[in-house]
Amino acid sequence: MAILTIRDALNQALREELLRDENVFIMGEEVAEYDGAYKVTRGLWKEFGDKRVVDTPITELGFAAVGVGAAMAGLRPVIEFMTFNFSILAADQIINHAAKMLYMSNGQFKVPIVFRGPNGSAYQVSSQHSQALEAFYANFPGLKVVMPSTAADAKGLLKSAIRDDNPVVFLEQERMYGLKGEVPEDDDFTIPLGVADVKREGTDCTIVARSMTVTLALQAAEQMQKDYDVSVEVVDPRTIKPLDIDTIVKSVKKTNRLIVVEESHAFASVGAEISHQVTEHAFDYLDAPVKRISCAEAPMPYAKNLEELALPDVPKIIAAIKEVCYL
Amino acid sequence: MANKILMPKLSPTMEEGQISRWVKAEGDAIEANETIAEVDTDKATMEMTSLEAGTLLKIIVPGGENAKLGQTIGIIGEKGEDFSALLDEASANGAGAKSDAETQERGDAEKKTELADEKPAASETSSDGTAQKNVAETEGRSYDAQRPGAKEDAQKETSKVENESGGRMIVSPIAARMASENDVNLKSVKGSGPKGRIIKRDIEEAIKSGQRSAVSGQPEEKAQAAPSFAAPEIQNASRFREENTSKMRQVIASRLAESIGPIPTFYLTVEIEMDNALEFRKQINASIKEEEKVSVNDVIVKVAAQALTKHAWVNSSYQDKTVRFYEDADIGVAVAIDDGLITPVVRGANRKGIVEIAKEIKEMAGRAREKKLAPEEYTGATFSISNLGMFGIKEFTAIINPPEAAIIAVGAATPTPVVRNGEVVVRNIMNVTMSCDHRAIDGATGARFLQTFKQMLENPILMLM
Repeated sequence: MAILTIRDALNQALREELLRDENVFIMGEEVAEYDGAYKVTRGLWKEFGDKRVVDTPITELGFAAVGVGAAMAGLRPVIEFMTFNFSILAADQIINHAAKMLYMSNGQFKVPIVFRGPNGSAYQVSSQHSQALEAFYANFPGLKVVMPSTAADAKGLLKSAIRDDNPVVFLEQERMYGLKGEVPEDDDFTIPLGVADVKREGTDCTIVARSMTVTLALQAAEQMQKDYDVSVEVVDPRTIKPLDIDTIVKSVKKTNRLIVVEESHAFASVGAEISHQVTEHAFDYLDAPVKRISCAEAPMPYAKNLEELALPDVPKIIAAIKEVCYL
Repeated sequence: MANKILMPKLSPTMEEGQISRWVKAEGDAIEANETIAEVDTDKATMEMTSLEAGTLLKIIVPGGENAKLGQTIGIIGEKGEDFSALLDEASANGAGAKSDAETQERGDAEKKTELADEKPAASETSSDGTAQKNVAETEGRSYDAQRPGAKEDAQKETSKVENESGGRMIVSPIAARMASENDVNLKSVKGSGPKGRIIKRDIEEAIKSGQRSAVSGQPEEKAQAAPSFAAPEIQNASRFREENTSKMRQVIASRLAESIGPIPTFYLTVEIEMDNALEFRKQINASIKEEEKVSVNDVIVKVAAQALTKHAWVNSSYQDKTVRFYEDADIGVAVAIDDGLITPVVRGANRKGIVEIAKEIKEMAGRAREKKLAPEEYTGATFSISNLGMFGIKEFTAIINPPEAAIIAVGAATPTPVVRNGEVVVRNIMNVTMSCDHRAIDGATGARFLQTFKQMLENPILMLM
């Protein structure tokens, strides 16, 4: 096992897939000569050249459309958005074209494309650059949505996303690019989409967390174990859509309590969906209402102190655990 | 940040407290859990501790003065901190607390919400749910008596109010399922969650304590075979089971109550020959240490407890729609103190030996005289005994301590000429009068209990049977 940052794990995945399949190519703003705004594509332009790693103008709708067309024509584009906030400009291509093409062409055109880039908050990038868009994309049939929380997951899931014949929205997190973790050295290592991972086993309370909040949930779980002898299970769905609800339900049936921690806003969020599905499948196992910790219902403030207050953190998670465990 | 110190609720019936003295002076540093003042409640002198560390910035209600529940009595914070805002607020709130107490019609729950609102931390909460949560938190967090289970009791009390006012039973889904799978009667389970919600933990405890309801089909038989007892509100108090009152009993209750007041009381007197009991006591005392010596009253307490286990209706409590039957005999023993009367409770006297009972009464009576009894030590008895024999009183009646169903008034054992086998002999005769709540106890029910009680005292060996 190698210890890699999530950034380097993603870079490895891209490089291995570029090597593995000549139809794979990368396109986006600053991905080539500049090595990527967050250096995820570092060295790839030098190694694979202009045809495989393509710099674009600042035209999200345009290069997303080029990507969709290329995918219809048989290539496997990986489109990088500098942040997913900019993907909103390309939403028509992602939602109306990539997601619908297979269905509306009666199966004639598959669209094997990956849209990837950082999602959620960074450090003080304010309202327009801190949004977590997973619920938005997960709402539309035809798209897969993936959110890794560790270096190994990042690598294994990105490789699966590139190999998948459906359009995949692959959501990274800027705060986590430097996060290190063990990654298997096998260059054919993949993690299937749609399979959740129990990041920590426990018996008293289930936390479903994704992306950045997995780390927070694990810290809160450790502290609850130490301070209150409460055993918290942390489930990371890894793929938001299709959602591995079975793993979550199994966990809730064991612990009887569920907290969803998410960086997105609460209203109509993925947490709301999980809460609904758990109520549907495990109602008779619940001992407390499902609790959610989400981003504050406000545009992300620029001020550092307010930004911290708006986001989920360990104390908020601990308070929620105590609430659902009736402590 | 400076915080107000509020008059805590230190006994179940307390509405105001008198600061008997401040242990800390203004400017003193306070550790968390340290005693800051002593408070005289309606029953006892309690130590009031701070859960917060800091400096006692200001004493608002000085020693010797009264404060209503929830009134600000002082301010705690950091040394040198400006607390003038809190001081202004406190004077306004003090008035508020008083006016609250004057408006007696407010429900308990409402009053508590009021208290929560006075806490600065609670001011931002507005919706019902969160406010309720704050009530529980406030009660637990406030300067409560440092007794085990204080927080739990407070929460349970809130739950009770909520549950009753809502009328609807709140049960978590898994608790409901577990109850049905394990034949636990939800009506006999006390919810420990917010708003009295019955949660998994409550059912697990109910299952553990063997508290299962009757299986449908033969409810009567089952109930008799294994009566299920619910957990009490007061720690260590006897568990109980509740049975619905029959229509007949409800009519008896309401007719008799109309006639005589809230508790339709009647009195039964029995003469008991105490010679064997006195001998029994002498034998016990001959075999134990001087400081363990048992009194006649201790023997009476034990005998009453034993007799109660055979007469469920006497060890019960009339609750309008139900009658509550207690599993144990928790005997309240009236103790005269300088300015009143208090009844320390011997929990589970039916399960304790006479020497143990004697020791417990001696110890609690001592603390009662110093007003050091905790509320759970003098409330929640299932039956009471008042003994004025030592004052030479031959016979008297005692007043029932609700919700108990009966109390016995014990007079002095006096050498009296009696006829035995056609001859006049002298025996020690003691008169015992039981006051009975007619809503639960009928004449014959009470008489049968006294019969057992008399037989056991006249022949203590019967207690073994």
